[in-house]
Formats: sequence, C-alpha cells, structure tokens
Amino acid sequence: MVEFAFYVAGTVALFSTVMVVVNTHPVHALLYMVLSLLSVAMVFFTLGAPFAGALEVVVYAGAIMVLFVFVVMMLNLGAKTVAQERSWLTASGWVGPLVLSAILLVQLLLVLEPLQTTAPIGTTVIDAKQVGIALFGPYLLAVELASTLLLAGLVAAYHLGRQDD
Amino acid sequence: MLEPIQALLTPAVLGAIWAAAKAVIILLTLVLSAAYMIWLERRLLALWQDRYGPNRIGPFGLGQVIADMIKIFFKEDWTPPFVDKFTFILAPFIAMSLMMLAFALIPITPNWGVFAPDIGMLLFFAIAGLAVYAVMLGGWSSNSKYALLGGLRSTAQTISYEVFMGVSLMGVVIQAGTFNLREIVLYQEQHLWFVLPQFFGFLVWCLAGVAVTHRTPFDLPEAESELAAGYHTEYSGMKFGMFFVGEYVGIVMVSGLTTALFFGGWDAPFSSVFPALKTVPFLWFAIKCFLFMSSFILLRAALPRPRYDHMMSFAWKICLPLSLVNMLVTAGFVLWAGN
Repeated sequence: MVEFAFYVAGTVALFSTVMVVVNTHPVHALLYMVLSLLSVAMVFFTLGAPFAGALEVVVYAGAIMVLFVFVVMMLNLGAKTVAQERSWLTASGWVGPLVLSAILLVQLLLVLEPLQTTAPIGTTVIDAKQVGIALFGPYLLAVELASTLLLAGLVAAYHLGRQDD
Repeated sequence: MLEPIQALLTPAVLGAIWAAAKAVIILLTLVLSAAYMIWLERRLLALWQDRYGPNRIGPFGLGQVIADMIKIFFKEDWTPPFVDKFTFILAPFIAMSLMMLAFALIPITPNWGVFAPDIGMLLFFAIAGLAVYAVMLGGWSSNSKYALLGGLRSTAQTISYEVFMGVSLMGVVIQAGTFNLREIVLYQEQHLWFVLPQFFGFLVWCLAGVAVTHRTPFDLPEAESELAAGYHTEYSGMKFGMFFVGEYVGIVMVSGLTTALFFGGWDAPFSSVFPALKTVPFLWFAIKCFLFMSSFILLRAALPRPRYDHMMSFAWKICLPLSLVNMLVTAGFVLWAGN
C-alpha cells in the first residue's frame, strides 16, 4: 500500500518536473513546479519522514514558490514570451541535456546497484522530535553555520532595501 | 447469499466506514455552519447598527441563506474572454477546498475529529501556506488591474502574517511538547488553558488568524473603495460563491483552531468544581467556536480598515518581535521548570 503510494507520487513528481521544462507558459510552468514539490513531499511521507514532508510543503511550496510566482506575475509576460519560449524549445536543444543527464542516470544506477535491499519502505517513522535531537546533537555545527548564513542574508536584504532620505 | 457480504464486513472495515461517515458528517456541518455564518453576520451587523437585517424569509430570516444559495447556483457563471482559463477556474477551488481540508485537523470531541496526525500543526501551516495561491492565481489569471493589485497586496500581506503565525504557535508546541492538536487539547485538560500561559502568543495568533481569512481589518486585498472587489473582481456565479463560502469556512476553521489551541477544545470550564459539565464536550466546543465566530463579525463592525503600510509595518515591527520573544521566554521557562 505504502509502496503503491510511493510509486504514484514518484510518477507525478517526474511528470510534473518534465512539464516544468517543456511548458512554454511561465506561470503554468511554475505551477507545475509547485506540483512537483508537493509530490516530492508525498514521497517523503511514504518513506516515513512526515516532518521533512511537511517542511517541504511549508518552506518550498508555501513560501519560496510563492515568491517566484509573485515575481513572474509582476513581469506581465504575455503571448510574446510564450512564442519566444516555443521557438527556443527546438529538437537540437534537447540533445546535449538529454545525453548528459542519461550519463548521470547510468552512474546513479551503477552506484545504487550494490546497495540493493528488499527492505519494505515506510516501516520506521522519523518524527519531529528525532529530527530536532539530531539537529542539535551531531549536526549542531551545520545548524550554527546555516543560521549565520541566514543572518548574513538578512543583513544584506536590509541593506538593499534601505531608504536613504 | 448474505454471507460473502458479512464476511467482508470485518470490524476493521466497519470501523473505516464509520470513520468515513463521521468525516462526511463533520464536513457537512462545517459547510452548513459556514453558510449560516453569512446569515449570522448580516443579522449581527444589523443589530449593532440599529437595523433589522434579513428577517423576511422563514423564522428570523433563516431561509435567507437558502434563497441566496438558489440564486447563486442559477446565476450565469461567466468566464471573461481575456482570462487565463485554467488558473481562473482553479483558484476558487483552492480557496474553498484548502480551508475545508484544514478543518480535518481540528479535534472536536474526545472521539470525534477527522484526522489527528503527529505533525498536525505543521500540516496546518502547510495548508495556510498553499492557500495563498488561491488569491494570487485568482488575481493574476483575471488579467485586470484591480484583480492583479488585489492579488499582489494579499500575497505580500499573507506572507508577512504567516511568518509570525508559525512562531506565535511555537509557544504552545513547546509547552505541550507535541504538534498533535488532539494531544494539545488533552494537555490542556490536565493543565491551564493555553490562553493564560501563552497570552502573548494568543494575541499574535488572533491577528494572524484573521489575516489568514482575509477579514476586516485585513481585507485590504478586496478594499472596495480603491480596488473594486480586489482579486475576485472578474468572478461571477458559483466561482465567486466558492471564494465567498471559502472565506466563511476559513472563519469557522480558525475559530475551531483557536478553541483547540488556546481554549482547551472540548474541555469544560470549572469542571473540577462541577464534574457534570464534562458530559457535553461537543456543546463546549460549539459554544467557544460560536464566540470566536461572532467576534470576527464584531471586528468587522467595530474597526475601520487600516492603511496598507501601517498594516505591514505592524506585522514586521511589532508582531514578529513579540512572538519571537514569547517563544524564547517560553522555551527558557520550560527548560528551567524541567530541571
């Protein structure tokens, strides 16, 4: 049952991610990206990481993508952009990326091959408490570094948005 | 002949059917109370403004809701030719369904409630975050100035108010030690209701909750004096109706959530003195919800609309620091008390 949900969510994720690339309408492409993030969140749920799944929705689909859509909405892109996008999506443009990502896919399969296990998914559930203990235990340094980085970003944003008068 | 059917109806299957039936009953009650919120709002506003309000159809004008529903269902649902059709239709569905979905998380009585996951509160944040898309897509896809400006305003406002909405509820999470809404209510049955120990969290949450539903004084996205009707200017018929009902479903949902998070959910007041009060948990939940729903209307009757920049700076300069300090003090207190 959980495996079925996993494969459905994975298929939706793949399809919507392809649509992000192929779609010529910027806002529709972004909506497909939201869908892709939601299905990745669903994959996290099926793998037994509901906390990570919820955060994926809150942070990526609910906050970062909102800002993306917000900016694209304000650009007021019309039929002209759609036509331009369509003319850029030619067959010859597909060859390079396809070959390169095929190489990466083969590499990934080769790496995963020896790790093959038949353990069923979704048997252990990592809840918020375990994530918190891990973050403030072994990964404390990473948390501190990330918070410093965020503080730097905050200061920079404040500087850029400052009004001189 | 009946045996195969009886064999199928194992206790597990029967339990699942009963749970699904409960969920449907809760959903119908939610929609019905949201619809009657419209009547309640018009009557209460009239009362506070020395008028009668709708009192012609049925007893106390209760039939007004039915008449309005019939009207809106049979209105022409016109899609303007200049809109982005798919997103235009999608937006009202998002608005209404997400608010209904969030209600599934609310524990109503000790054995009623749709779904109580361990990450309940995070799921609520996720739903509230996704609900922005309704207003945003509605505003953008309408392809008209008023709608776009309303959509932009509301997106900026909602993002600002969501930031501290999450932080303001963390005090409750720290004290109860769980994201599970049912366990938060159970914790309040044993201890004080969170409105007292988390008073500042409650104040900030009230503002954020009103902002989630886009109600006065946070209804700038649809300020009729400057933006026509804001993001739903181009909507008509049932698509407008879905935005409209979604707003009232949101009010019921936020009231239910406030009840569960800060006022002990189904827990009866003074139950240690009068244990008999504990026998009607649903009544307590309903009374508390009703009080919050009415205060939404009182807010609309009492307060004017603030200026947009005042509202934004209030969010970032007062509410956010207040909720951060509240979270820190709560965390410090819990650690100190734990030692």
